[in-house]
Amino acid sequence: MNSAAVMAHPHKLSAGYYLHALTQETRYEFLSRLRLRAFSLSTIGFPVMFYLFFGLTNSHGNIAAYLIATYSCFGMIAACLFGIGVSVSQERMQGWLDLKLASPMPRWTYLTAKIASCAAFAMIIVTILLVLGILFGGVHITAMQILALYGVTLAGAVPFSAMGVLIALLVPPNAAPAIINLIYLPMSFASGLWVPIRYLPHWMQHFAPVMPAYHYGQLALAIFGFAQPGAASQHWSALTGFTCLMLGGAWWIFARSEARA
Amino acid sequence: MSTAMLSIEPITARPAPLPYRTPVAQLRNVTRRYGKVVALKGFSLAIYPGEVVALLGPNGAGKTTAVRLLLGLLSAHGGQVTVLGGDPREDSTRIRMGAMLQVSRVPEMLRVREHIDLFRGYYPNPLPAAEIVRLAQLEGLENRLFGKLSGGQKQRVLFGLALCGDPDLVFLDEPTVGMDIESRRALWDRIRALSAAGKAVLLTTHYLEEADQLASRVVVIHEGRTVAQGTPAEIRHHAGGRRIRCITRLDAAWVRRLPGVTDVSQDREALLIHAAAPEPVLREMLAADATLYGLEINAAGLEEAFLSLTQNHNAEEVTQ
Repeated sequence: MNSAAVMAHPHKLSAGYYLHALTQETRYEFLSRLRLRAFSLSTIGFPVMFYLFFGLTNSHGNIAAYLIATYSCFGMIAACLFGIGVSVSQERMQGWLDLKLASPMPRWTYLTAKIASCAAFAMIIVTILLVLGILFGGVHITAMQILALYGVTLAGAVPFSAMGVLIALLVPPNAAPAIINLIYLPMSFASGLWVPIRYLPHWMQHFAPVMPAYHYGQLALAIFGFAQPGAASQHWSALTGFTCLMLGGAWWIFARSEARA
Repeated sequence: MSTAMLSIEPITARPAPLPYRTPVAQLRNVTRRYGKVVALKGFSLAIYPGEVVALLGPNGAGKTTAVRLLLGLLSAHGGQVTVLGGDPREDSTRIRMGAMLQVSRVPEMLRVREHIDLFRGYYPNPLPAAEIVRLAQLEGLENRLFGKLSGGQKQRVLFGLALCGDPDLVFLDEPTVGMDIESRRALWDRIRALSAAGKAVLLTTHYLEEADQLASRVVVIHEGRTVAQGTPAEIRHHAGGRRIRCITRLDAAWVRRLPGVTDVSQDREALLIHAAAPEPVLREMLAADATLYGLEINAAGLEEAFLSLTQNHNAEEVTQ
């Protein structure tokens, strides 16, 4: 090897390279989550189990349809908080993230793949809920409504992944699962994702609009005409604001830890 | 030059680099702080093709910081970091680097084959998967889940991941931690093969024997500065003198007064004597004690040199 070979050739990377890197990253992220039973069984299992308990036992159509919408949201939130909050926290503390950042992995693929993998889990959950609801819950639903439900559920990947990133930066890996449970179980309940919000105590109904899960749930419920009165745009702006808040917080903490690390 | 060059035969480390060669990686007068703590103070380091450079230093000396700067994981607060003619924070520079870092836990639910496939995907022109399996001696383990591997096997997978892109510069941070002697020696042979193929290797290790065996150049770093550099033999020479071990009736205090003796200590049944030149000391001792036996004379090891370099430096700091 002569000295000329030492100088870097300015490497122009093709779109094909980036696409390949992203699909590989997403594929293996999904595969490794799926094989991790603690994650896949609880993420898919809880919304489905709750739906069997609360949705199918009240199969007057209305409740069964209502809960398809809210448990879809519930599933996406769990997938994002656990799939990103816990795994990024672990990989960051255990050196795996450093190894990846030291490789030429295009940096944006790391989080993109994680978000896509969480979204894939949520899509599985929505599909199971729809099948159960239509076959056993007497739910009547149009193709457009199904498409809209997939779409709205997918949109939730952005705000709740941002929340997952913030949690990952704040919480050490061994405490992350417990802290996430402490946040998202009460939040889901108080936002009306488990039982319709009108059955909740009054003070809780007033408190609900503070939480992002409420706005997310309302957007999904609007598809079936079950939303509280009010424009959908306010829910979209609430979720957008929440995303900015989470990302801003994450950026601030990340920059501080980089300066000290 | 991809597959042919990584031969398996052990090849001894290359001689020190010639000054006119272009360095593969260079830190020039680099300063890096963490809050108020200065980790590197005007630190310089150059690594040339075909070299194995061992970076040694006590904990907190700045080794990790130097490596992280070269890997593009940190930015310098002063000075210049150049790797392969570019900035290591750019993806296009890192395409020609490979790193084996200390990872306390790797995603365990992926198979060895899948980990290799994932890392190959990061490089536009990776080595064939079979070649990586061969180089890292992972034959037969391809379908094993990472979590089911032994400590040494896990290290070999990480070594393999570092080679996926056929890199010109390889970082090895404590590569043989948790390995038994046999697999440690096998990995040493692989590292020698890398350097024989013209690749530059930066090694950080706590095992001084490893540095002694592998490094063509040792850089001793202490409190953010280079305190010594040279071949392992040159560094060893820094400690100076020889080590005499023998079983004798002579009193340690008497031996200490002999000319050229720098230190005397009791090592189980024997006396351990450090002396600038062993011959005059031995002449006196043999004359005084006809029953002296079990005599051994050794050159001081890299470990002594390392300790004396970092401790002398401490003493200097204090007197300043």
